[in-house]
Amino acid sequence: MVSGIVSYGVYIPRFRIRVNEISRVWGDGDDISESLQVFEKSVPDLDEDAVTIAVEAARNSLQRANVDPRRIGAIYAGSESHPYAVKPTGTIVGQAVCSSSSFTAADFEFACKAGTAAIQACLGLVGSKDIELGLAIGADVSQGAPGDMLEYTAAAGGAAYLIGREDLAAEIESFYSFTTDTPDFWRRDGMPYPEHGGRFTGEPAYFKHVSSAARGLMERMGTTPDDYDYAVFHQPNGKFPVRVAKKLGFSKRQIEPGLVVPMIGNTYSGSCLIGLAATLDIAEPGDRIFVTSFGSGAGSDAFSISVKDRIEDIRCGAPSVRDYIGDAQYLDYAMYAKHKGKLRI
Amino acid sequence: MTTQAPRFWRSIPQRYNLKGTHCTRCNEYFFPPRNLCPNCRRGAHLEEYTFKGTGTIVTHTTIYNATEFFERLTPYVLAIIQLDEGPRVTGQIVSSPEGVKIGMRVRPVFRILGKEGDRGIIYYGTKFAPQREQE
Repeated sequence: MVSGIVSYGVYIPRFRIRVNEISRVWGDGDDISESLQVFEKSVPDLDEDAVTIAVEAARNSLQRANVDPRRIGAIYAGSESHPYAVKPTGTIVGQAVCSSSSFTAADFEFACKAGTAAIQACLGLVGSKDIELGLAIGADVSQGAPGDMLEYTAAAGGAAYLIGREDLAAEIESFYSFTTDTPDFWRRDGMPYPEHGGRFTGEPAYFKHVSSAARGLMERMGTTPDDYDYAVFHQPNGKFPVRVAKKLGFSKRQIEPGLVVPMIGNTYSGSCLIGLAATLDIAEPGDRIFVTSFGSGAGSDAFSISVKDRIEDIRCGAPSVRDYIGDAQYLDYAMYAKHKGKLRI
Repeated sequence: MTTQAPRFWRSIPQRYNLKGTHCTRCNEYFFPPRNLCPNCRRGAHLEEYTFKGTGTIVTHTTIYNATEFFERLTPYVLAIIQLDEGPRVTGQIVSSPEGVKIGMRVRPVFRILGKEGDRGIIYYGTKFAPQREQE
């Protein structure tokens, strides 16, 4: 059963803060943006959250390919900043995109890879022909405590993918997941900010899981990095995806179009999916894209994707990732603190 | 706590997607929706209509002293917007006050309209943003 991406849409808030502005406040020096390879990050407006970002991305995905929202049979929204602990984000998205009421919905949470887990769930329902279209979303207004290293990268944004069997802009050829119990990053119930294991988030977490999922998929499919035109890896900072790509045998040229973290920061559940969208924005029919997400806790989902002719028809139907990146308004730390609700009134 | 959830729930179609009505007999559009066309009365042919949400700012003001649930947003811009189909609506413009002008074209955006404190429901709905250059 061939299934894949019918359309996609992204949303990135227009506000930005430069990493050097954050380091100025905490006295961490000017070289922090160089060491992280993140130079600015997106900041949500005062009235934006994971739901509003998910809705804007979902609307863009429907508009891009002029899809009737009543064909959607499942909405799975992945985020680690769902505004409600109990009341699904997908219910609000469904009403806002004018879907029918005949759809199933659930919220997903798996740190930064909840969006790719949502894609896998949609692929199952689409592949079994239980639904015609599934809407998988990864969206976050990620949290980082003031003064914590996370504050330099925790950003806001999201992407939505319409998964189906017909009129494919890109076929998802296969996927492979790798999951273990690795406590590298977590947020306890009721706590406003996550905690993390510092350097422990690197080798035993990000690199082990991304490498294992990527190698597992290539072994299963009998492919090598040379079989792919582009590659996208989860982007917690600008260093990790570059290093893991090199370790796996992918070149800088392959990852360059999807490497958006230096300009917008880590959008958590949106990160890998915005990187894939930026790659689809420029990919040609016949190109193959290798994608691997990472979620702390920890797990990785790897996908092999083949771009189809229809990408040319839908590409210009909605704003591109570069359109959103180019529409930036900069904040100082005081305004950033106000936007993020760090000031108590 | 007292919740306004039922009242909010009833207006979700209007708030999320600007659903109003249209009289196909006299071609007048209504927002919020009307069950009776004041022009055609018994002869009216009313249908549900989803407004595009694009329009033009007729007038605007900046709020510096807001009520409790909006004080974090100050200063913010409220405007009367003439939708392209005709009706005028009051809405917030998501832009700095200096970026808003009478006659400016706007588009709809999905935002938080309000919250019932930290424990109650979150009201979502439509605000307006300056239209992008290519639109």
